[in-house]
Amino acid sequence: MLDKVDVLVIGSGASGAAVAWSLADTRMRILCLEQGDWVKPTDYPSNGRDWEARLFSDFAVNPNRRARPTDYPINDANSPIKVVNFNGVGGSTIMYTAHFPRLHPSDFKVRTLDGVADDWPIDYATLEPYFAENDRMMGVSGLAGDPSYPPKQPPMPPLPLGKSGARLGNAMNQLGWHWWPSDSTIATTDYEGRGRCINLGHCTPGCAQGAKASTDITYWPLAIRAGVELRTMCRVREVTVDEQGMASGAIYYDAEGKEQFQPAEVVILACNGVGTPRLMLNSVSGKFPNGIANSSGLVGKNLMFHPYALNYGYVDEPLDGNHGPPLCLWSKEFYETDPSRDFVRGYTFQFGRGVGSIIEAIVSSAAGRLPWGEEHHSTYRKLVNRRIGLSAICEDLPEEHNRVTLDPVLKDSSGIPAPKIDYTIGDNSHRMMQHGIARARQVLEAAGASNICVESPILNGGWHLLGTARMGTDPERSVVNEWGRCHDVKNMFIVDGSIWVTSGGVNPTSTIQALALYIADSIKQRLANLFD
Amino acid sequence: MPNSDLDDRQIRDFRMLAGMIIPASEAYGVPGADDEKIFADILRSLERDHDAVRRALAHLATLSGGSFAELEPARRMEVAAVFREAGGPPLTALVRVVLLCYYRDDRVMRSLGQEPRPPFPRGHVVEQGDWSLLDPVRKRSRMYRTVD
Repeated sequence: MLDKVDVLVIGSGASGAAVAWSLADTRMRILCLEQGDWVKPTDYPSNGRDWEARLFSDFAVNPNRRARPTDYPINDANSPIKVVNFNGVGGSTIMYTAHFPRLHPSDFKVRTLDGVADDWPIDYATLEPYFAENDRMMGVSGLAGDPSYPPKQPPMPPLPLGKSGARLGNAMNQLGWHWWPSDSTIATTDYEGRGRCINLGHCTPGCAQGAKASTDITYWPLAIRAGVELRTMCRVREVTVDEQGMASGAIYYDAEGKEQFQPAEVVILACNGVGTPRLMLNSVSGKFPNGIANSSGLVGKNLMFHPYALNYGYVDEPLDGNHGPPLCLWSKEFYETDPSRDFVRGYTFQFGRGVGSIIEAIVSSAAGRLPWGEEHHSTYRKLVNRRIGLSAICEDLPEEHNRVTLDPVLKDSSGIPAPKIDYTIGDNSHRMMQHGIARARQVLEAAGASNICVESPILNGGWHLLGTARMGTDPERSVVNEWGRCHDVKNMFIVDGSIWVTSGGVNPTSTIQALALYIADSIKQRLANLFD
Repeated sequence: MPNSDLDDRQIRDFRMLAGMIIPASEAYGVPGADDEKIFADILRSLERDHDAVRRALAHLATLSGGSFAELEPARRMEVAAVFREAGGPPLTALVRVVLLCYYRDDRVMRSLGQEPRPPFPRGHVVEQGDWSLLDPVRKRSRMYRTVD
């Protein structure tokens, strides 16, 4: 048996890194187990001529396609939106676009304001200092003064508008609609040892320049320097409990595939909104026959994705293509509930700069826009680098039938049951998506685009994995309390997107990390009576 | 040609089809996807799509009643048209590999005005843009809802 640690963190991504770093100043012995490995900047696709091709191989966003030894399969056949993620040090911050909006104040009080779902047991003001701390740690570029948010001050100036952004900004001004440079974790100046963005453009599958913040280059170097141990290639099978029903540690398979037991005083789950319920449901014992900390029966339920309604068109001049970070602007014009609409809550528009030349060819071919034969060349030249687009990131309301369970057959390479996704898009979300599609068409037409196309929902758009171990004060209606501790297991915490009560309509990483820092602080403030 | 685990007939059919999807163009000064260098890259790059490509080629052979490459040109065009409609996901995968390799060829990239190089380390230039465009938005009053 391995030496006991004070704190065992499972997962090294957005939230695991933040919580480990924050707890490091307690001088407790902290260990993080990560099923993936370090990814070297020289391994990122933008180093090579096959940079776009690798989006379909070892840097595919869908783990079933990517199928690295460090990935686990996901049965997503019963979902119109497929889960995308990355497994490695940094987790899915390796494989994200670095779009970094916060939840809005109203997102925490949807029951009070709009009569749907549930209020969160915490609010924006509680998280505000942690948002700011996380912005500093991750390194956020943006512009103060956005009227759609309470005041905030990004530490770096915004990403460039470019030709695409200027065209879209002009279109939004014509319509009189809100738009603003996005908060992004892409460094626009040299920042804390990271080089500034040089517009590689291929940001999502890792940044060779190191301008994009992923936790392997932000939180982890500092956490490791502060004494946290990060053990890679360690795939956790289950969290174990003692006779009192407290978490006693975790059983995992090490890099050689050998089973190990790691005892711990405190266990923190940070495996994302699919990985965490999968692990909890796999952690079966006499005390918890339906999975650890699952007396509410809600572990795995209320999965929320954010359905994306993508709209794009083509203009008559070359724009930026993918020669720059793909996302640089947002609009909150339709974010807050408007009683005159046929849906509650709302969505963010995120604006796309363009796509790479090979992606353009593949997407246009699949959509039937790109002919075979002689006309292929002339048609393609009217498409390449002429695309502009925007996506409505729609708030997904929690519904218990949207869920993560364990697949009865499918297993990962270690023999651990894989997750199964059952998900349908709700009526409110459908109406919201239709609204977004109609408004996006207006934007694109104002921007001079034609040949307007819609992909709704984006098939491989399950980036945001939320709600499957929700936070609340009622143990019968939630899995963790208002500071992330499991109601049923008082030395086990959850810090990832699983604990979200509602989804808002924004990319979640900023709020996930702020929550992790808040929970870490809550733990530190209660160390003397943490398990009471 | 690289060893792709496809038999000779499949390779001939595949190459013929690739050249029909993207033929050479004198007008644009570009080779077709059946160009020796490009097609060799295609065969080397099947990896995760290998099985799908095999299924697609088997389907093509069935539609052809044998070798697609050896059909009369007019019949070949007919079969290709049917295959494009009926090929399904395996054909999508096959076409994707063709496009992945075609549009990274130096000659093709240059014809599009692109530099045949990876993004790193030189990157690209994106103009900063005119931030005065934001002035109308700056004048807007607070949009977010407060929560008491």
